[in-house]
Amino acid sequence: MGGALKQTLQTLRRIASGLSERTIVALIHLCGISAIVFVFGIFFFVFREGSPFLRDIFDFRSFFLSEEWHPTSVVNRRYGILALLAGTGSVTVMAMLVAIPFGLGTAVFLSQFCGRRTREALKIMVELLAAVPSVVWGFIGLMVMNPLIVRLTGAPIGLNVLNAGIVVGLMSAPIIVSIAEDAIRAVPDTYVEAAEALGATRWQLVYRVVLPAAKSGLLAAVLLGVGRAVGETMAVLMATGHSIHIPFTAEAPFFHPLESVRTLTATIAAELGEAPRLDTGPGGIFPVEARHYQSLFVIGMALFAITFLISVTADLIVKGIRRKA
Amino acid sequence: MNDPVVPAPALSLFRATSFTRKKIRVQKAAGILFGAMACALLVPLLALVVYLVVNAWPALTWEFLTDVPQGGMRRGGIWPALIGTLYLVVFSRLFSTPVGVLAGVYLNEYAKDNWLTRVVNLAVVNLAGVPSIVHALFGVGAFVIFAGLGKSVLAASLTLAIMTLPVMIVATREALAAVPMAFRVACWNLGASRWQTIRTIVLPNSIGGILTGVILEVCRAAGETAPIMFTGAIFFKAVERWDFFPYSPREQCMALSYHLHAISTQVPGVPEPMLYATAVVLLGFVLAFNSLAIVVRFRMRQRKKW
Amino acid sequence: MVNNVKIEIRGLSVSYGLRPALHGISLDIPARGIFAIIGPANSGKSTLLKCVNRTVEFERGARVRGEVRIDGVNVFRSGNVYALRRRIGMVFPLPVGLPLSVYDNVAYAPRMAGLRDRRALDDVVERCLRQAALWEEVKDRLTSLGTLLSGGQQQRLTIARALSHDPEILCLDEFSIAIDPVTTMRIEDVLTQLKSRMTIVLVTNLVQQARRLGDLTCFLNRGEVVQVDRTAMIFSDRPGNQLTYDYTRGIFG
Repeated sequence: MGGALKQTLQTLRRIASGLSERTIVALIHLCGISAIVFVFGIFFFVFREGSPFLRDIFDFRSFFLSEEWHPTSVVNRRYGILALLAGTGSVTVMAMLVAIPFGLGTAVFLSQFCGRRTREALKIMVELLAAVPSVVWGFIGLMVMNPLIVRLTGAPIGLNVLNAGIVVGLMSAPIIVSIAEDAIRAVPDTYVEAAEALGATRWQLVYRVVLPAAKSGLLAAVLLGVGRAVGETMAVLMATGHSIHIPFTAEAPFFHPLESVRTLTATIAAELGEAPRLDTGPGGIFPVEARHYQSLFVIGMALFAITFLISVTADLIVKGIRRKA
Repeated sequence: MNDPVVPAPALSLFRATSFTRKKIRVQKAAGILFGAMACALLVPLLALVVYLVVNAWPALTWEFLTDVPQGGMRRGGIWPALIGTLYLVVFSRLFSTPVGVLAGVYLNEYAKDNWLTRVVNLAVVNLAGVPSIVHALFGVGAFVIFAGLGKSVLAASLTLAIMTLPVMIVATREALAAVPMAFRVACWNLGASRWQTIRTIVLPNSIGGILTGVILEVCRAAGETAPIMFTGAIFFKAVERWDFFPYSPREQCMALSYHLHAISTQVPGVPEPMLYATAVVLLGFVLAFNSLAIVVRFRMRQRKKW
Repeated sequence: MVNNVKIEIRGLSVSYGLRPALHGISLDIPARGIFAIIGPANSGKSTLLKCVNRTVEFERGARVRGEVRIDGVNVFRSGNVYALRRRIGMVFPLPVGLPLSVYDNVAYAPRMAGLRDRRALDDVVERCLRQAALWEEVKDRLTSLGTLLSGGQQQRLTIARALSHDPEILCLDEFSIAIDPVTTMRIEDVLTQLKSRMTIVLVTNLVQQARRLGDLTCFLNRGEVVQVDRTAMIFSDRPGNQLTYDYTRGIFG
């Protein structure tokens, strides 16, 4: 009798565990595809909020090619993001001027010129550098770099392209370091050994063999660094100085690092809080429109598209390397 | 005459010529140059930490951590912001850790080599590359408005969760991939199902890597500002000292990162040491957790079972 | 004679992607006794074993046609693949100690099958370790990690684990290539003891091992059965097939 009971219990337990197993496997599959759902979700919801703007007044020329961004003006409302694009562009270029040489240099040093212990220690440092929150970087730009730049360059204000560029450069350097180091490590040992057997020094090895062999990986690293710099928000919000204008002129086609700008990301962060989602309707002294709010989502879509392209390109490059290896 | 005489040029191979000397000089110079570049990148980190701590020192007290802000943020402490950050981190982890781990399990253990898997991988890469402010827009559109959560701890946590998800997925996938295939094959041959194998062998042996991922996620979630700015962070909320449960999930909360942004850009006249102290607390929290992740990883490497 | 056949293989073809591994082979493996399979590398020996317990399905791009029947039931149609695998013990070339304690290694399969009773598990562990000639060496450290044992011990642990679910069939795939001759001998002794109770399929690339142990021997070459016969016949001076003769004499392979 007891045996039969035990048998029944065991059967029941087996059925239960079979059921729970099926549930968990279904759950695993569901979570597996969640990343796709979220990417589409991001696109969908950002698009959804921005769509009235796209439908009603969006026009490629006046949106992308005009530098007049007056979303809250009463008489002369304009939504042109050229100056914001220029701001993002100039900060990104400045950041890359800092991050590419130092990032790649550090990657080369880590993989070729130092011992195992030094490398471990430096890699931990790089990891910690990557962990510093962007708002802390912004704070550093605001409180530390700002007076420093004023003192060193005599600029009237230290919140400018130079400041934001250095800060964002330091932020995107770690990702460049880690991916470039992986790329350099992926260079087949046989190349290195062959060159060493021919009597090449370390430097010749790096310059003639390793860097050329790793160049697409280094390109991917730089691309991801650019993606990081374009998408950075808090640091540029706090360190660029909030001035919507194009930091270069026809006479001096190179941008002026000491001018203040405003980036795409910073614009969203700075204005979304004050842009009402719904029209308040006519009447009142300052009738606000939801257009402003919607236009910020359209900027978001542009950012999404830019980073999407960058990520996909970098991923294709990295995959290509792996297939060859 | 047939003695093997070493020809003169071969001998001189081992002697330094001006050419080889130059080569070696270039080599040394390159080493120093790259070393200097590495230092140039990393020294600022140390210098900044020191600078921040020195400037924050007068305000860094126990009182500062446990007191509530007073006098329009110009006096008092950061207690409600600390607790708010804790709320956001915990709530976002509740969602993101299980989903991320299961997604990593899917990618490493179940996914076949087909187009769906390629699309999933591409989506993970993309999700990791989406700017945080776009995540914020998504959070506003999806959680605050569409799901009707309003600006709340819940909406902000979900936004943070989705933002940190790819880190979790990738960390899990790599941790699982480090478990040798032979273990799985052995288990399958013993009549264990895929899930039994994962539960009994694969997950227990990759827990270190997964834990590292969770810790890194905590850092990321605690430090992010943009995604919570419009989805749930609030400038000020009156909270009692030592109140551990000041927020309900449907309310807005203060958060350390947003607090730092707010007091350093929007409140005039905050004493500088207080600003620095807030930054140091946030930075310290993040760096401490990151070091924890490094320690966990190191210990796991030592305690490897095979 | 028909009742005595344990495993019937009928027209079994396997290919990995475009690369064929087995070309429609047919074999009858009798119950009890040691059935040795010899053949050069890439002749499809391991693939054959993987088909028996259906782990071939985990291989990337594997396509299977034909039937493998155990006691008359086609394994590829069997509803419960896990129950099927529990009827078959599998030992692979390289010893794999699971990263669990010695005890948990052996108790793994019974536990996964739902056995929870501590005493029954103790019995299983002791019996299997004894059968695998490992008990004396590990009985005092059942809680230490299985992966810390020596290679030969791990291979015997693998065998103990393969025996832990009381299989009717034990498949060994070149079990001796990673272990020393002494341990090999001990395991061979174990196999001769076990053969009265279960069907043992022994894949080996050591023809002498097949000669020592096999009751029947099958010679496989390039995914095809060249010859199946009594072991004595295969290794005789006149096996009836030139290819077999050449292989067993080491002329090719």
